[in-house]
Amino acid sequence: MTIAYSILILGVIGIVAAILLYIAAKKFHVDENPKIAEVEELLPGANCGGCGYSGCHAFAAACAEATSMEGLNCVSLNAEGMKKIADLLGFTATAAQRKVAVLKCNSTCETRRAPNRYDGVSSCAIEASLYQGESECAYGCLGCGDCVTACPFGAMTLDKEGAFPVTDWDKCVGCGKCAEACPRGLIELAPLGEHPIVWVACANRDKGAQALKACDVSCIGCGKCIKACPEKAPSVTSFLAHIDYDKCTACGACVEACPRKSITESASCSPGPHTL
Amino acid sequence: MSIKTFRKGGIHPDADKLTADCMPERTPLADKLTIMLSQSIGAPSQPVVAAGAHVAAGELIAKAGGFVGSNIHSPCAGTVKKIEPARTPQGLWQNAIIIVPDAEQPEPQFAGRGDAEIQALTPADIIAIVAEAGIVGLGGATFPTHVKLSLPPGKKADTIILNGAECEPYLTCDDVLMRTRAREIIAGARLMKKATGAGRVIAGVEENKPEAIKAIREAAAGIPDVEVTVLKKKYPQGSEKQLIQACTGRVVPAGGLPVDAGAIVDNVATAYAVWEAVALGKPLYERIVTVTGPNLEGRGNYIVAVGTPLETIINDIGGLPDDTEKVVCGGPMMGKAASTLDSPSTKGLSGVLVLPESMAMRRKPDPCIRCARCVEVCPMGLEPYMLAQLGGHKRWADAATRGVANCLECGCCSYICPSSRPILDFIRLAKAESRKLKK
Amino acid sequence: MQKKLIVSMSPHIHTPRTVSGTMWNVVVALLPALAVALWTFGLPALTVTAVSIATCLLTEWAIDRLLFRRACTLSDGSAMVTALLLAFNLPSILPWWMVVIGGIVAIGIGKMSFGGLGCNIWNPALVGRVFLLISFPAAMTTWPEGVGSGMLPISGASADASSGATLLASLNSGQATAGSVDLMDLAVGQMNGSLGEVGSIAILLGLAYMLIMRIVSWHIPVAVLGSAALFSWALGGNPLLDLLAGGLMLGACFMATDYATSPMTRTGQIIYGVMIGVITIIIRRFGAYPEGVSFAILLMNSFTPLINRYCRPAIFGAAERRKTA
Repeated sequence: MTIAYSILILGVIGIVAAILLYIAAKKFHVDENPKIAEVEELLPGANCGGCGYSGCHAFAAACAEATSMEGLNCVSLNAEGMKKIADLLGFTATAAQRKVAVLKCNSTCETRRAPNRYDGVSSCAIEASLYQGESECAYGCLGCGDCVTACPFGAMTLDKEGAFPVTDWDKCVGCGKCAEACPRGLIELAPLGEHPIVWVACANRDKGAQALKACDVSCIGCGKCIKACPEKAPSVTSFLAHIDYDKCTACGACVEACPRKSITESASCSPGPHTL
Repeated sequence: MSIKTFRKGGIHPDADKLTADCMPERTPLADKLTIMLSQSIGAPSQPVVAAGAHVAAGELIAKAGGFVGSNIHSPCAGTVKKIEPARTPQGLWQNAIIIVPDAEQPEPQFAGRGDAEIQALTPADIIAIVAEAGIVGLGGATFPTHVKLSLPPGKKADTIILNGAECEPYLTCDDVLMRTRAREIIAGARLMKKATGAGRVIAGVEENKPEAIKAIREAAAGIPDVEVTVLKKKYPQGSEKQLIQACTGRVVPAGGLPVDAGAIVDNVATAYAVWEAVALGKPLYERIVTVTGPNLEGRGNYIVAVGTPLETIINDIGGLPDDTEKVVCGGPMMGKAASTLDSPSTKGLSGVLVLPESMAMRRKPDPCIRCARCVEVCPMGLEPYMLAQLGGHKRWADAATRGVANCLECGCCSYICPSSRPILDFIRLAKAESRKLKK
Repeated sequence: MQKKLIVSMSPHIHTPRTVSGTMWNVVVALLPALAVALWTFGLPALTVTAVSIATCLLTEWAIDRLLFRRACTLSDGSAMVTALLLAFNLPSILPWWMVVIGGIVAIGIGKMSFGGLGCNIWNPALVGRVFLLISFPAAMTTWPEGVGSGMLPISGASADASSGATLLASLNSGQATAGSVDLMDLAVGQMNGSLGEVGSIAILLGLAYMLIMRIVSWHIPVAVLGSAALFSWALGGNPLLDLLAGGLMLGACFMATDYATSPMTRTGQIIYGVMIGVITIIIRRFGAYPEGVSFAILLMNSFTPLINRYCRPAIFGAAERRKTA
């Protein structure tokens, strides 16, 4: 008899709960464009924010509302992946320029002078808030790897000495999380296209004499790259050269001309591990 | 006489006042003085001399870069070599005036004021003299004193609190100043009282400085508007808000200024500088610096000209001991570690602490055991363990709602943590980042 | 070339206090109670303690090395504290393999499954004890016949000692009355029960040591004992008997004061302590179990995050700001 009662009582509780759940589900149902879920299926789900939206769901919602693929690009999907989304929505896919992270610091443990030792939390943000960092250069990479921690795709690692970040361009999608995390603003997104990337791997804005003292491979703003470049891609502002990626053809003239070896050219245009 | 203190939190580190009985001595002038143009909070000062100019001791070489800013004067007779960037102890480049002192240093002459003349000064006159003399808060914050004395419209202060707590371990510069210049300090404080229209002066001195207390009491004897309060030896007794509570029982509202509690807090060294400026006409270009360390043989209190390189100061007293690993500008609780000794002393430099190997490295952190000691010692009533955790997870907004902006950065939490966790590191980060959020 | 200076964030000095120093001091504070346990129960107590220590240390070492693959954390002393407290919560005649299970549960589930030191929600030793109590109720409530047959003879053992039941169990079942108990016997350890709970004076000695060394503050022990006594008196019981019998003293001094599982603020700690005292007495008076300290502490451990949430310290000047705003 006890068993029968128990089963009965449990059964009744179960049915009542089911009814309540049903009512709640009906009452609080939110209509959502079914396309959002379909698009989201095709997205990587890393919520990296590289598309400019707060996350994959927000991007999917934007896609579902859009009238064309204009301005919508998931940086971590390849062209094929984006085509799938475009096909699903009935749009034509627009080819987007793939970007990768480059580090605007070229120094190594040998070229930079390190007059002190930092003892504390291994965090670039904290080290940068405290002082100029271990090296003489108040602009250079601190090497604590805030960018490495920030990367949602595991594309960044610290090099063998554990001093400077290395990016695997195979994995890098150019979402820009690392650039956000860097307290010194040393990471820039450069287009990865037909030709190798040429960039100024230095961020030292001090006058030449000071920059010279800080590091062996610092940009002193001498402007030799401007003279060397047939395309007028480099420019110098506040003692620091910058290369306009749109104009650059990777001819390598500026790399040759740079007396400080602070302009770097990637080994090839093919993705793969690159020391930044 | 009751011993007063603030109510919540605080720690009791060993005082290690190794130089308490070293009377101030003047260090020789360096071969080259590097006078930073940022000697105070606010805009950097604008140089008024050019390279090659000859200046006399006490001559104005740079004027305030704005209302919040301070004048800078040459500490010696000499020639301006050039104006170029120099390194701060934190390794950052800032513009500085380089002066090469003359071989012959004549005794500087200033136009002093007689008692009657001082009596006749109006509050505005006093503030003008203080601004002219380039006086800044000498406790370390380097807030321009004339700005502090110019109360914001609608605010009234009835009390000047003289900060002689010197709660930082090791430092003794205020102690020796109080012992040797008590009368002048009190006179300076009363000048500030007049400048702000306050009714009384309370001098707060920690109990571990009996000589200073005696000297200040003697100097204040018979002056009805000056009280001397003995404070408990507890860190951070010398923090503005804590000192106001200890001396007057009033509480400065969160996010408010001392003047919101009707008080103005000034360091004893600042009061002395005010007296020098008013009575002697001497601008602020030198100060007492405690140079100390457990193994530093020549430790003592030295009168150092602003702009003397740290290296020169240390070499003049016998150089660094071999086991030196860290040099701190200021006291051990709030001072900043120097990354280079090339950098010069400033008006805000109260001490140079030379730490040996055994004290230089931090202990390896253990996991937080939630012992709640940090909560117990936080003088501001915060939850340091939680703020540090939020900082580590980049949850700036949550840190802000838990009041991270109130943090004094006094370091009690990091000091007391048995797990040696870098609590303050993360709190400072969270504080800076949450401030950015607001903008 | 000048030596490279070290740069780090202030403060540049640090308290000499460390985690391991704290934990080993707790171990020292536990020694008097351990001595009383050996005196009262004799060699079996030593066996239980030794097995508990061996199991707990080995479990922590194995999890550190094999699962977490990190440096061994035994030197911080917290595993030792857990091991001793677990042993203190077991009867002296518990089969050794049950002690092993208790140790593995205490360290493995109670502590390491949350991430180790400082991360646990419940007091690990109590997790181990309650696991054993629920799994092996009979063995966990079987006490040695005729306490005092150990290494040292005890004079004037109370009548129910030979029956192999704890005092609280006898009181609960009506075999003994409060009037028949000599409280002095209880205070010095002349009663039956778990290893560590029998010597109230020794436990208080340990507490005094911890208070002097500033390892714990008085708030939690006083709140637990005070509220238990008051509540017991309010229900018409004998407050002193409730304090001295059973595990209340041990719980109040060593288990409730565990850092990781108790609230962070003084107010929170008092609320937590008072609730432990009240729940203990409720379980003792109205519950099926004769003893309720373990459950009371574990229950309040669960409430600690909530207490932390609502008992925040007052921010300096916040009240004044509200007034002016």
